[in-house]
Amino acid sequence: MSTRVVVDPVTRIEGHLRVEAILDDHNVIGDAISSGTMWRGIEVILQGRDPRDAWAFCERICGVCTTVHALASVRAVENAVGITIPKNAEIIRNIMALTQYVQDHVIHFYHLHALDWVDIVSALKADPAATAGLAQKVSPSWPTSSPGYFSDIKNTIKKFVDSGQLGIFQNAYWGHPAYKLPPEANLMAVAHYLEALKWQKEVIKIHTIFGGKNPHPHYLVGGVACAINMQGDNAINMERLEYVRDLIKGAQQIVEGLYVPDLMAIASFYPEWTTYGGGIGNYMAYGDIPQNGINDPSHFRFPRGIILNKNLSEVLPVDLADANQIQEQVDHSWYKYPNGKKALHPWEGVTDPDYTGPQPPYAQLDEKATYSFVKAPRWKGHAMEVGPLARLLVGFASGRTDIKDVVVDALGKLKLTPAALFSTLGRTAARGLETKLAAGWLLEEYDRLIANLKAGDTVTADTKFWDPKTWPADCKGFGPEEAPRGALGHWIHIKDEKIANYQIVVPSTWNASPKDGQGQRGAYEAALIGTPMADPKRPVEILRTIHSFDPCLACATHVTSPDGETLAEVVVR
Amino acid sequence: MEPSDQFTTYQVLQRHGVDRRDFLKFCTQSAAALGLSAAFVPKVVAAMETKPRIPVLWLHGLECTCCSESFIRSSHPIAQDILLNMVSLDYDDTLQAAAGFQVEEIRHKIMKDYKGQYLLAVEGNAPTKDGGVYCTVGGESFLKVLQETAADAKAIVAWGSCASNGCIQAARPNPTGAMPVRKLITGKPIINVPGCPPIAEVMTGVLTYILTFDALPELDRQGRPKMFYGQRLHDKCYRRAFFDSGQFVEAWDDEGARKGWCLYKMGCRGPTTFNSCSTFKWNCGQGWPVNSGNPCIGCAEDNFWDNGPFYQRLSNVVVPGIDSTPDQIGKTLTVIAGVGVGAHLITMAARKQASKLKTPEDGAGQAGEKE
Repeated sequence: MSTRVVVDPVTRIEGHLRVEAILDDHNVIGDAISSGTMWRGIEVILQGRDPRDAWAFCERICGVCTTVHALASVRAVENAVGITIPKNAEIIRNIMALTQYVQDHVIHFYHLHALDWVDIVSALKADPAATAGLAQKVSPSWPTSSPGYFSDIKNTIKKFVDSGQLGIFQNAYWGHPAYKLPPEANLMAVAHYLEALKWQKEVIKIHTIFGGKNPHPHYLVGGVACAINMQGDNAINMERLEYVRDLIKGAQQIVEGLYVPDLMAIASFYPEWTTYGGGIGNYMAYGDIPQNGINDPSHFRFPRGIILNKNLSEVLPVDLADANQIQEQVDHSWYKYPNGKKALHPWEGVTDPDYTGPQPPYAQLDEKATYSFVKAPRWKGHAMEVGPLARLLVGFASGRTDIKDVVVDALGKLKLTPAALFSTLGRTAARGLETKLAAGWLLEEYDRLIANLKAGDTVTADTKFWDPKTWPADCKGFGPEEAPRGALGHWIHIKDEKIANYQIVVPSTWNASPKDGQGQRGAYEAALIGTPMADPKRPVEILRTIHSFDPCLACATHVTSPDGETLAEVVVR
Repeated sequence: MEPSDQFTTYQVLQRHGVDRRDFLKFCTQSAAALGLSAAFVPKVVAAMETKPRIPVLWLHGLECTCCSESFIRSSHPIAQDILLNMVSLDYDDTLQAAAGFQVEEIRHKIMKDYKGQYLLAVEGNAPTKDGGVYCTVGGESFLKVLQETAADAKAIVAWGSCASNGCIQAARPNPTGAMPVRKLITGKPIINVPGCPPIAEVMTGVLTYILTFDALPELDRQGRPKMFYGQRLHDKCYRRAFFDSGQFVEAWDDEGARKGWCLYKMGCRGPTTFNSCSTFKWNCGQGWPVNSGNPCIGCAEDNFWDNGPFYQRLSNVVVPGIDSTPDQIGKTLTVIAGVGVGAHLITMAARKQASKLKTPEDGAGQAGEKE
């Protein structure tokens, strides 16, 4: 007799995700479905608008991955029109992107994912002195680690629990047998949960300095709007730059002093999670953090490429403009394609919404029918996983020494082989390791900016093609990016100075995808299979694997189409 | 748990080892955060001493979570204080430890145990087309969840432009029939806190005000707190002097851009946008779009997505050259820009009129005059 476990809403993610897992007699997950249950429609809303405004619309796809869609959007427009941005603009955009990596990954680890591994209530049993000993051993460079400090934190938790109003921590899975940390490690993690919460609002000021605010800093087609004037007080100058440098230093401290050590400490208690959650074993990265323009992937800090079947000895090329490579299917999605088409490249894609799921309220979905607002993107027919693990594996397999070094170092410390990376814990670890890289690269990008300024270049925008009258009457472009959650692509078609078509294939569309026409599962679904559950009513194991992907469902299901209209011209994903 | 078992904020702080001196300091800071004079501190102290932590149910509909992200960036009070000391955030998909039926259980329990006493915070809005299938939570349509949770709420805080006005998913052609809270819920006080997202301290300021005074802040005719949305950005803009003297950025990275001149000609929506950006600024007061050379896109205004394109200046005002004297230009510009934003001046006049007639208690929060 199989049991069906329904988790809806999946919390501590962005957006609305539903997971249904079918367990066998031994409570091991035998099949799983991932369903995006929200749907908005930003591409259709973009139709007919000024392409230079698109970044602001696209940015609102997601406020957790804020900035990422804005960046992909300006890249897509620049690619279509033929704009090359100035070097300063490239570096400032890189600094903003890397800042997003660091801030977003730290929040994910402590505030969205940690409670899958950390039992807050168990922290009440911790000895503050022993916790201080542990903290000083785990993160020797972190200043707040005295017995008194942990005693205060323990008191805070105790009084909070005693108050009877547990807020966001109530009705959770405390005491579940899947929690393995000793009380002291739990107490340390709770302290760092609070410290990270205080810190994340600081580093993000880098976005305020260059883009005016966060969430949703401003972007500009052709460069960046923040002019540089080293002799003025009302533009980017030495004071602003020094503040950025200071915030970058703070980021490095928290990543190297807190995040990575905590990650390694927690990981060491969960070795079995290097054997669960591997999933499909195909990984894709578009690559990013350009050093010589977005059209030269050979000079990206994150390289571009594909790994099939966990084969790290070969990296295959990926081309976003090739109609035969990236395609989307809708066999199990709440959309229909015209003329019996099965798979479409984003430049020709169609989204015709066709909700054929059960009317709410409903108890369960039918995995044999349609069950999600997420489409099924595939690369040459293969399901792909994207994200930090994909980036590190592509970098590792491409022989990139900076990436290889952090991976080898971490595996050595945990006494693991590279095979351990193909797992839930591997995914979670990869996110932390790339944050360490990102924090280091932040300072390198900052130094590049200073060096360029010293060379006398203060240009921040190319306005040659700002006026749409200078554009070709009909042009297409794409904007590739590595968002924190993985490979992101925007495709634009501009006709007579307006958006004729705009399409977005986001990281969580790849990862959260339902089955395709060949029955191949998406990354979440595949990763859940084979995981044993200790207590099916309290689905900690499902949350661990799903959270290891850092789902973003507003991104995955942002699409729609005008109803009743012919979609021949209005092509949406 | 019965309401009688609740602890006041002061009791909770005491239990956290906070002494009375620190408690008073906390209250003073909270008062300052609300822009209250020292005379109000005793009122804040009394409120914190006698009121239990108010349960908050924070629902997420069609949205992008930028409001939650903004909220946790608050510098005073910080998110930790709000979560642990000020409110009891009992339901919030984004931060909640539990998942699935356990969280829905919490929502129902709070609705029952704290009937008429909990605060409903809404981030995002509800799709109304096709039976609400475009957003479901726990198998139920978000529209239904919203209506059900609103029924016994003490008041509703509509976070951000989605919940207040509709925002991006309601932009032309609004494919899912997304509607803001005020168009879906009647008979409840609704506080609209627009912005995409709202400024962090505006969000926490609204909450702290409600907690301190056990009353809604004074609202304008659009249901927005007057204390945060009473001014046009343009009126408090630090670049206003350049506008008045006719010194404008004419192209990206030009001399004006490098000198930080006015962004009006680049499409800045400051003259028609009511928000606190130019006073409180963003991210712990660090700056706002105009500070970084980016024109405002007017994200706190109703329908701002359809009032574009963003880089087109607000009206076809002929701006005098800089050979005129600054005084002349300033005078002329003020008049001409006034014509260009006439609709808003009328709105302002109407708002003034309304504030004479209505007190916040008699339901100014219900005003849905923007339909």
